[in-house]
Amino acid sequence: MMSLGSYLMVSGIIFSIGLVGVTTSRNVLKVLLSLELLLAASNLSFVAFSKFNGDYAGQLIVFFVILVAAAEVAIGLAIVVLMYRRISTISADDLKEMKW
Amino acid sequence: MVDGCLVWTAFFAPLIACLLITFFLLKNKNLSSLVAIAGILTSFVCSCLIFSQIFQASPPAQLQQSLPWIHFDNFAINFGFLMNPLAIMMLLIVTGVGSAIFIYSRGYMDEDPSSPRFFAYLSLFAFSMIGIVLSDNLIQLFIFWELVGLSSYLLIGFWYFKPSAADAGVKAFLVNRLSDFGFLTGIILLWSVSDIGAGRSFQFTDLVPVISHIDPSLLTGIALLLFCGVMGKSAQVPLHVWLIDAMEGPTPVSALIHAATMVAAGIYLLARLFFIFEPSTTAMIIIAYVGAITSLMAAILAVAENDIKRILAYSTLSQLGLMVMALGLGGPMQGMYHLTTHAFFKALLFLGAGSVIYGMHHEQDIWKMQGLWKKMPITGWTFFIGTLALSGIWPLSGFWSKDAILALAFEHNPVLYVIAAIASGLTAFYMGRLFFVVFWGDTSPGRRKGDHHHEVHESPWVMTLPLIFLAILSAIGGFIGIPQYIFPDQAPEQLNMKVAIISSIVAVVGLSFAFILYGKRSATDPLIKMLGGFYNVLKSKFYFDDVYAWYVDHVQQNIALAMEKVEKSLLDSLILGELVHLSRIAGRGLRYLQNGLVQRYAMVFIFGAIILFVVLSQNL
Repeated sequence: MMSLGSYLMVSGIIFSIGLVGVTTSRNVLKVLLSLELLLAASNLSFVAFSKFNGDYAGQLIVFFVILVAAAEVAIGLAIVVLMYRRISTISADDLKEMKW
Repeated sequence: MVDGCLVWTAFFAPLIACLLITFFLLKNKNLSSLVAIAGILTSFVCSCLIFSQIFQASPPAQLQQSLPWIHFDNFAINFGFLMNPLAIMMLLIVTGVGSAIFIYSRGYMDEDPSSPRFFAYLSLFAFSMIGIVLSDNLIQLFIFWELVGLSSYLLIGFWYFKPSAADAGVKAFLVNRLSDFGFLTGIILLWSVSDIGAGRSFQFTDLVPVISHIDPSLLTGIALLLFCGVMGKSAQVPLHVWLIDAMEGPTPVSALIHAATMVAAGIYLLARLFFIFEPSTTAMIIIAYVGAITSLMAAILAVAENDIKRILAYSTLSQLGLMVMALGLGGPMQGMYHLTTHAFFKALLFLGAGSVIYGMHHEQDIWKMQGLWKKMPITGWTFFIGTLALSGIWPLSGFWSKDAILALAFEHNPVLYVIAAIASGLTAFYMGRLFFVVFWGDTSPGRRKGDHHHEVHESPWVMTLPLIFLAILSAIGGFIGIPQYIFPDQAPEQLNMKVAIISSIVAVVGLSFAFILYGKRSATDPLIKMLGGFYNVLKSKFYFDDVYAWYVDHVQQNIALAMEKVEKSLLDSLILGELVHLSRIAGRGLRYLQNGLVQRYAMVFIFGAIILFVVLSQNL
């Protein structure tokens, strides 16, 4: 029987990897992938808590998160496609029209 | 029993006409004038019915209806009317003379392409004027007072493409604003001391018992501030300057607003609020003298004027001065009596002048007119009646009302009597001058050389009919018992024979002097030679306008320039300038936060979340 701490440890590591990926990678696709990692990490901790507390609400939330993640990817990829059509690149650094 | 519905109908009929014209009929010349006439006639008919209802009862009925309008906890303004004999007489004048002038306007403004606008303004004016007459509290009165000022401005500047007309409108508005400032101050001052247990109030009926509780010197101040408003609206010295220039407006406007009704609003106000003025002897004396000086000064100035409408305007000033003097001498009855008859014959004279101007194709210089009697018989006859009535010839209406004022002055203040008598003599003289120059002599167009295509003609019946109506009123105005209707509880005035004989002699002398001078034609005014240097003083209207212009140019302008410097050096550069500088620096620093890089935003967000997490977990 593994302890709750080890589950949370794995979840934390995955979350940190995702965070680094989101903030450092210049490729928008990689940013989206890292975002998925963030969601997966939180899903993992939800499921772990659910198991150790004997409460199914945690598992229920995971379904919602997966649903939201699917929608997010659909929209995010659509935005990337549009972005490529518009400025012919998918580098996040070139996406700075929103500045002063 | 007075029917409240009738009063409200009389009140709002012209407003409805005005709105109908404004929204639907601005392109329809024919229908718009009919709608305006229907509106004022509705008011007139209602007024006649109210009149009969009021005087069926004995003593005459009185009715007040007041709806709450603006109410804070102890601040209340109502919207209502106070109908009494004084108000119904004024209402009859406004709607009756108004109806005659509306009908006349249909003929006079026939050729003007924007006459629907004219009728909309005229209806707005009628509504505002009725509002002044009926108001039962000071704030409502003030609002309509300003509305009347506005419609006067609009109508004076009706031909706005003429710079002189536009300027005259602005002048009238500014002068009236100046006086209304004093008026409003007086209203607020009166309101602030009007609490004698039942709370403060603007209602006339609530104010009546208040007056005796007010400190006498304060009451004098209030009375004079209220009189300030009267001085503007009724054009008393030194605020009379706007009325002469107001003649730039169309002639029916001059007849209705600047002779018969609006300028009489000041007199009406004095009479309606007489309970405020009466206890203050100082204020009453000042009012009487202001009136007398206005009367004399205007009569003198009228002698040297050559524009037919301006002569009548001066005459209006002079008569208004007489009425104000009567009020100042404690005779609201005499003042209102003269107001009524003056409304008849002055409206008649102005409409006659309008008819002449119309017939002469917009010529207003009396020296370019001659022998119009034969060409325009109806205008001539009615104008003749008006002239005699204004001069105070027995038995026309002007004789009775003017004599009532003169008798009042004779009994109370000999100085004022002499001033008023001289003014009356001058009135007879300048009216005679006007009449003989314009209508006398043969019709040979000797003076109008090189002007063949303009044939003088009599005006159409829509214009002559109101003339005849007003002429009848001017003639019989002395016999229909007007004073008894206005002040039913006062004993009828006995004719003071001594005063009557003196003023008749004065009037006849004035007229005959005019006939001697002007009965025989001369190319120029013989007065120029007779008066010499004084004539130029008269021509410059006693320098009132010049003094005001000098004041504005040299005093006010310099103050304004100095203030501008203060503003630029102190406010702009020192205070505002530093503030602007500060925010500019702050902006320069803060704009690095907005660099548009999505991932930088994400970083900020993440670190923010971490900091929040740390802070919150420490507090746990």
